[in-house]
Amino acid sequence: MNIYVLMKRTFDTEEKITISGGQINEDGAEFIINPYDEYAVEEAIQVRDAHGGEVTVVSVGNEEAEKQLRTALAMGADKAVLINTEDDLDYSDQYTTAKILAEFLKDKEADLIIGGNVAIDGGSGQVGPRVAELLGIPYVTTITKLEINGSDVKVVRDVEGDSEVIETSLPLLVTAQQGLNEPRYPSLPGIMKAKKKPLDELELDDLDLDEDDVEAKTKTIEIYLPAQKAAGRVLEGELTDQVKELVSLLHNEAKVV
Amino acid sequence: MARKVLVLGEVRDGSLRNVSYEAIGAAKTVAEGGEVVGVLLGASVSNLANDLIQYGADRVVVVEDEKLEQYTSDGYAQGLLAVIDSEQPEGIIFGHTSLGKDLSPKLASKLDSGLISDVTGIEVAGGNIVFTRPIYSGKAFEKKIVTDGIIFATVRPNNIAPLEKDESRTGDVTSLSVEIKDLRTIIKEVVRKATEGVDLSEAKVVVAGGRGVKSEEGFEPLKELANVLGGAVGASRGACDAEYCDYSLQIGQTGKVVTPDLYIACGISGAIQHLAGMSNSKVIVAINKDPEANIFNVADYGIVGDLFEVVPMLTEEFKKLKVNA
Repeated sequence: MNIYVLMKRTFDTEEKITISGGQINEDGAEFIINPYDEYAVEEAIQVRDAHGGEVTVVSVGNEEAEKQLRTALAMGADKAVLINTEDDLDYSDQYTTAKILAEFLKDKEADLIIGGNVAIDGGSGQVGPRVAELLGIPYVTTITKLEINGSDVKVVRDVEGDSEVIETSLPLLVTAQQGLNEPRYPSLPGIMKAKKKPLDELELDDLDLDEDDVEAKTKTIEIYLPAQKAAGRVLEGELTDQVKELVSLLHNEAKVV
Repeated sequence: MARKVLVLGEVRDGSLRNVSYEAIGAAKTVAEGGEVVGVLLGASVSNLANDLIQYGADRVVVVEDEKLEQYTSDGYAQGLLAVIDSEQPEGIIFGHTSLGKDLSPKLASKLDSGLISDVTGIEVAGGNIVFTRPIYSGKAFEKKIVTDGIIFATVRPNNIAPLEKDESRTGDVTSLSVEIKDLRTIIKEVVRKATEGVDLSEAKVVVAGGRGVKSEEGFEPLKELANVLGGAVGASRGACDAEYCDYSLQIGQTGKVVTPDLYIACGISGAIQHLAGMSNSKVIVAINKDPEANIFNVADYGIVGDLFEVVPMLTEEFKKLKVNA
């Protein structure tokens, strides 16, 4: 089975966020594989181990993403591809990323493409379904279970807490929801092996794409931090009085009840 | 510049979801005086058209087909593309729900357009429609505009004000016949796990439990409080990992993002992971035994105490308030 994973390197949002020069300040911040993409990498490895084939992890970004691609290789992926847009693109959106990925994937005869359902930095969740549409293949988002039998696929999809059992077929794109699996940590031998696994780097030219072909359709005009919240009030006194006071505050002051 | 804007009315259990009325509110801003056209897809949904009109849609287009009874991206995309083809809108607004998240990127891709997802605010500024949306798990915000093509956005539930319902409003309801075919994903079964009643992502009040709830039974007092307030129950990752409740209740960086009017955190320490899912709630109440718990740093009101004492007392007080109201 020919399996591709769409992976994004993201800012760890557990980090403190600051802004400098109108941009999120990335200096010294920790970067990780987008947590939902980790589920995707793990699932791809499990599917390959059960059905045979090869797992290729693809990322659109800059050369810094090599580190996260190596981590995916250390987890057990076979190959990695970095599509480096640093020199070509000043600004990109989900339209851009999806077009680049689809252009890369169109002649790869992928049976299964797995991504995370959303990236924790941008938070749009668009790229997976966009890529599937551009490739003309079906997709199922936010999956918590994947069963493959020949070309038949049974998927369980999380729909705001309910589960849908869906039948579909390969080729297919799915996006991972929490609960799909428990991503493994790279083992030491895995890390050693990963150093020798192929990591190819491509640019837009290699995909016969011009900047104009992938020009963003949206633009960010401002980034800002939320207003600092005033310090909260911890109530005091007898517990029964505190409860009465709280209800009164919520009713009369905050007016939310 | 007046625009024609389409709004998808999302149907759940035979009625329209609140977020669809909020989407109409958003569409009014985008339309800048132009027409707002509601769209309904389903097996038998035309009876809901008037609700869309009373909440501000100027008219409604209905596409009815047995194959649209359940949502599939293929079926809904075919229905909507037919409507888009006949209406030629300049804007499209969906709710940022499970359905909206799944469908909007496919449609945007078909239309070769941009898409601004998970919008929490809309304004007209400097000749542009400017959308505000949270990024980095709500720790920052960005303002975005569409630079080319249709203005397409999904709005997060509970953030954009709907218009007042006006029962005297009238408008045309037309039906469009579309052949829905070749569905590549088939829904075999729907397993209902989510709490009956109020939907967590749309709830105006959320009562959430953490590790301090200690057991599955420990969620009972929280459920009672949520019931009295007409709210929903949520949980921290810790409570889910400890199997006190289903992962469908999880609020956080992984899990659901909620922005209710009132969030009551019970026995939740306030890990950053959890805050990412709820810190933009309008009013936050923290109940925790540990006065040093991080949750008090984001709370508007806090009670230091045992949730098993405080929560039932709160339930009683709110009951009294409801009786007196």
